[in-house]
Amino acid sequence: MATATSSTQPHTLPGPETVTRVELENGIIVLVRENFMSPSVVVEGALRSGALLEPTEKAGLASFHSSMVTRGTENYTFDELYEEIESNGASLSVGSGRHTTTFGSKSLAEDLKLMLTLQADVLRRPTLPQEQIEKVRGQKLTNLQLRAYNTRAMASLTFAELAYPNHPFATSSSGYMETVQAISRDDLLAHQKTLGPRGAIIVIVGAVQAEHAIDLVRETFGDWTNPDQPDAPLAPDAAPLTEKTKKMVPIPGKSQSDIVMGVPGPRRNAPDYQAARMANSILGVFGLMGRLGDSVREQQGLAYYSYSRLNGGLGPGAWSISAGVAPENVEQAVDSIEAEIRSMVEQPVSAEELADNHSFFKGQLQLGLETNDGVAGTLFNMELYDLGLDYLLNYEAMIDAVSIEAIRAAAAQYLNPDAYALAIAGPGQADES
Amino acid sequence: MTQATIGEDGILKTKLDNGLTVLIKETHHAPVASFWVWYRVGSRNELPGTTGVSHWVEHMQFKGTPKYPASDLDKSISRNGGAWNAMTYFDWTTYYEILPADKIDMCIDLEADRMMNSLFEPEEVESERTVILSERSGSENSPSWLLYEQVLASAFRVHPYHHTVIGDRIDIETMTRDDLFNHYKRHYVPSNAVAVLVGDVDAEHYLKVIEEKFGHIPAGEPTPNVKRIEPAQLGERRVTVNREGQTPFVIVAYPSVEITHPDFFAVAVLDTILAGASSFNFMSTASTSNKTSRLYRALVDTELAAGVGGGMTASIDPYLFSIYAVVREGRELAEVEEAIHAETDKLAAGEITVAEFEKALKQTKALFAYDSESVSSQGFWLGFAETLVGDYTWFDDFLDKLMAVTLDDVKRVAAELFQSNKRTVGWYVPTDNN
Repeated sequence: MATATSSTQPHTLPGPETVTRVELENGIIVLVRENFMSPSVVVEGALRSGALLEPTEKAGLASFHSSMVTRGTENYTFDELYEEIESNGASLSVGSGRHTTTFGSKSLAEDLKLMLTLQADVLRRPTLPQEQIEKVRGQKLTNLQLRAYNTRAMASLTFAELAYPNHPFATSSSGYMETVQAISRDDLLAHQKTLGPRGAIIVIVGAVQAEHAIDLVRETFGDWTNPDQPDAPLAPDAAPLTEKTKKMVPIPGKSQSDIVMGVPGPRRNAPDYQAARMANSILGVFGLMGRLGDSVREQQGLAYYSYSRLNGGLGPGAWSISAGVAPENVEQAVDSIEAEIRSMVEQPVSAEELADNHSFFKGQLQLGLETNDGVAGTLFNMELYDLGLDYLLNYEAMIDAVSIEAIRAAAAQYLNPDAYALAIAGPGQADES
Repeated sequence: MTQATIGEDGILKTKLDNGLTVLIKETHHAPVASFWVWYRVGSRNELPGTTGVSHWVEHMQFKGTPKYPASDLDKSISRNGGAWNAMTYFDWTTYYEILPADKIDMCIDLEADRMMNSLFEPEEVESERTVILSERSGSENSPSWLLYEQVLASAFRVHPYHHTVIGDRIDIETMTRDDLFNHYKRHYVPSNAVAVLVGDVDAEHYLKVIEEKFGHIPAGEPTPNVKRIEPAQLGERRVTVNREGQTPFVIVAYPSVEITHPDFFAVAVLDTILAGASSFNFMSTASTSNKTSRLYRALVDTELAAGVGGGMTASIDPYLFSIYAVVREGRELAEVEEAIHAETDKLAAGEITVAEFEKALKQTKALFAYDSESVSSQGFWLGFAETLVGDYTWFDDFLDKLMAVTLDDVKRVAAELFQSNKRTVGWYVPTDNN
């Protein structure tokens, strides 16, 4: 119910005064931001179990498990569960990353209790029925077949193998035909035992009073214990690359080649993360895809898209550049991208670029906080990466503090025009160096 | 000055003397605003030889004017902390910006400027030709897109919906700078456009700003309606695409109804029952799964397909109601196609329950509510309705029209829609099954 004394001030940045944060006895952190100006409630959460816990020969296990938990629980069959969700116009999702099992829902406010009940049920009490395992396995195998003929997906997959030698990020978290074939119900049951409440995060944003939302989480998740829950895994550091490595994956019958090139990047909580993020923006985001968009797309007309991304999370995610180009232009595009990397590493960015990106970052923050989904995602990241509840209040000062020298230093810390991984997928001949 | 008042629905609507329709909605939930300019022109208005011209012109609109040169244009929105883009579709082309509300003035100025002052420099045209060929090549890499292009070409023999928005490769290779510039000058005129502003703004103040920026632009002429309406289909059409790969797909498409048709909402309910709920809003972030839909249960649950989907499109002229399925490893195209027909046959025979019908209504209502949350999705809805229907209140009345649909209506439109002699069937048959 909305009240006149609601703490929600929509133009106020979420912070310690407007976000309720509690830790339940079993270790679940709950954050709630009230917003009575929209009819929906968004839930975004994570448990501390992911693909890092799966054996290499069972690659894809965490992903398989997250697809299976909604396939039947002690209280609902697969059909009953989705009848509850879809008949209320709601959505519910469970997924997995390297470090986490993520979950979430979007529903009308009156259905929040139902959605939390269903999320608790799928995460705590899945039955993993054998016939559903085979249904899901068939879908996953078909998707892996499709991946083998998808130039973007194969370039990304091959890039990870080159950029992360002897590191878990080299392995696809979707798995491979043979590893997905090898996953058994016992493997799924074993993975289920890694799920527990300790360190879990549940963020709720929307038309619900904070106290009520927390009571609902307590009702649905509060009595969950798992004495066997393993400590949260953390991906090791990735060794910096020392030379250029290149691999071409031929896929016949394609019109265009996809390129992914780059290096292991910073973790989200690295001290130079904001400087690296701004370097990335200047390189391949700002305006229509930064300097890369200007050089590769606008000036040379080589590609429909050419951009860079910084994917640092709990682990050292990739700092990578992607482009889609005609097969005969691959070499020219790679040379241009390499030149832009060299410039980022060796030359200071201009004062204009710095000022432009300071204001870009600050404005983007407001845009990202417009909707309940946006606020939930932001609060979730603040908690997952331990950024502090006052992160948004300090954000402008943090951005203003990023200097030209800090940007160059961050670029030089990670990027190297003479040492990177390059994967190409498209028509042509296999080539490896 | 143009006089206008804000209606009971909170929306200010007026038409400037030069024919520009203006819609403004104040919403103060967040300090952001979204500005849109819609043109009632798209690939539907293109002729052979210049297919894809609408989309290419949209690209050229990012190449600068004397006031906003290309070197600075793409930075100007980002510098103000905003995001911008454009979309071209069969029936329309639209440009939009989302910014902190106190920065919205500059994009009103920019959109007015590029309505008449874009340069279309010859060297920029040539550079963009290869970019668009690259975009098309990227689409051709997708088996489902290749098949879809062939299904469109088969289903529409006469109506220009028969070619994709990006256009035919030969036309992209041969179109001239004058083809592009003439399209721009003909269609980018106030009498063919709708400007929409939604956000944390003062509506009456911004009506003055819009009038000041756009009011002096010559009216031009609206784009005429398409005369080449598709004649009735007289028998099933089939098309096959062979290319390397391992995974077969099937598409089944039936002629559907246009957005202004009295049965549009009944078909939308039918779509939700068959394929699951989806939004017509291109800016939508709302989605729901389709695991209780007819198609999922008949094809995925039974292990015939790895994925299914489909549905209708809101269009000015009658478009297609299409269904697609990704054939599961070890299954055959023919049995998957047969299962799709079995489901549409049941719907055509009136086998729809009250519970299914009521669920479809609730799903659509919920998605609509989520879609009203952001300034960009509201801006989309208003401009979309005004551009397609000529009246934004189509959006206001969306739920009323939806709730007026009866179960009998849905049964009737299912019988009318799903006739085997009117369908087009596409098969993607991979040539490498090793």
